[in-house]
Amino acid sequence: MNAIIESRNLKLWYGDHQVLKSISMEIPEHEITALIGPSGCGKSTFLKTLNRMNDLVGNVRITGEVNYNGKNIYSPEVDVTKLRREIGMVFQKPNPFPMSIYENVAYGPKTHGIRSKTELDGIVEESLKASALWEEVKDRLKTSALGLSGGQQQRLCIARAISVHPSVILMDESTASLDPVSTGKIEDLLMELKSQYTVIMVTHNMQQAVRISDRCAFFLMGELVESGSTEQLFAKPQDKRTEAYITGRFG
Amino acid sequence: MKSKIQKFFVMLSAGITFAALLFLIAYILIKGIPNLKLSLFTWKYTSENVSMLPAIINTIYMTVLVLVIAVPLGIFSAIFMVEYAKKRNPLINVIRLTTETLSGIPSIVYGLFGMLFFVTALKWGLSLLAGAFTLSIMVLPSIMRTTEEALKAVPDSYREASFGLGAGKLRTVFCIVLPAAVPGILSGIILAIGRIVGETAALVYTAGTVAETADSIFDSGRTLAVHMYNLSSEGLHVNESYATAVVLLVLVAAINMLSGFVARCLDGGTK
Repeated sequence: MNAIIESRNLKLWYGDHQVLKSISMEIPEHEITALIGPSGCGKSTFLKTLNRMNDLVGNVRITGEVNYNGKNIYSPEVDVTKLRREIGMVFQKPNPFPMSIYENVAYGPKTHGIRSKTELDGIVEESLKASALWEEVKDRLKTSALGLSGGQQQRLCIARAISVHPSVILMDESTASLDPVSTGKIEDLLMELKSQYTVIMVTHNMQQAVRISDRCAFFLMGELVESGSTEQLFAKPQDKRTEAYITGRFG
Repeated sequence: MKSKIQKFFVMLSAGITFAALLFLIAYILIKGIPNLKLSLFTWKYTSENVSMLPAIINTIYMTVLVLVIAVPLGIFSAIFMVEYAKKRNPLINVIRLTTETLSGIPSIVYGLFGMLFFVTALKWGLSLLAGAFTLSIMVLPSIMRTTEEALKAVPDSYREASFGLGAGKLRTVFCIVLPAAVPGILSGIILAIGRIVGETAALVYTAGTVAETADSIFDSGRTLAVHMYNLSSEGLHVNESYATAVVLLVLVAAINMLSGFVARCLDGGTK
């Protein structure tokens, strides 16, 4: 197994409150890793440490390491903007910018210095095709992204995330606010995307984790209880608490 | 029964408010419109024709000048307060206290300050420039305040998305947050224009009351509101001052409608 991201003894505090208690885990390349667990267990927080989105929150203290391609992303010489370009993120609620569909996708590449119109056109088309949205929006690229349906908006956000060619995509319960049809479309999409990208997703929905993830990690009260292949974790959980959670006894 | 009494008083209050406004507008229009003559819009002011056209042009100069000074200052300070300053930065409280104090000062005091500082100490004389700087200080708090509110109203999810794509702070603020806040900022600017156009006390001692079109920003010139104040206080041209009031009213109404139109256009582009 070739780990693209590896966390070692990662601990995180918001103020005095410890949210993550020594998380060590490896995330393999080109697979879908699902983080599961009840609300408030730290899975979203863990996800956000992977591209340093927690930096935006005040009063955070982090110890330990997160290695991306073998380099600690919390070491001082790391360029955070470059890191976030490589490790993209799709959020819980669709959050397209209040601009046209085209501008939403072109924003990322423009941020990183691409100015040529033909090049941008190419990236926009390619990203929208990759997120399976192209056919639905190709005739109205100049219209506002806020006019799209929730599911379309979320696929647009995925297109926006892959427009900068990241190698990892973090998804923070990105289907939680969508209807089943849209969710299904995004799940299909993820299955296709994993050939090119490593996907790490937080989900509340255990069926979803079973359906699409290759590996699964169970969090509880800031601890990583168990991680392994999804098949194994759901068929033969090693820990009593994992078993209790996946059989629906709490959560 | 009780609810009927309540309803009566609520309706009465609304009625009185509306009636007062209606009465005021009707009064100005009835008194003013018959006195609107072509001679009031001649290019050159004389004491015979008491033309208001120079004053209208001065008003436009003044408005543009004030906005050029106050809008960038107001917007950039608001950006600092909302996006850059740390929440517990003591500077924030100092700035907030200052702006709140500034917005509570009567405009005649601004006029006095402008006269002592810009006109006398800086030796700018009675000039559009001195007036514009005085008014800029006066409208700065409201521009800053509305911009702050507009920036705060921009959802954090936009900022997160932008940072998540690897954009820096500067790009996020100027390409994502600021455009999303434009309708709110615009409403603050419109309010400011309303104050600029309607202001007299702060201008009489700083921009002066010369009734001719100013040749440059170092010239003195009266704005429309000052013109009206002078006409009515001199007592010789009361009818003409009513006519001026009509024009002022129409001007302010036009600015308000324009702002609504612009805001709709901007919104239409995004929604």
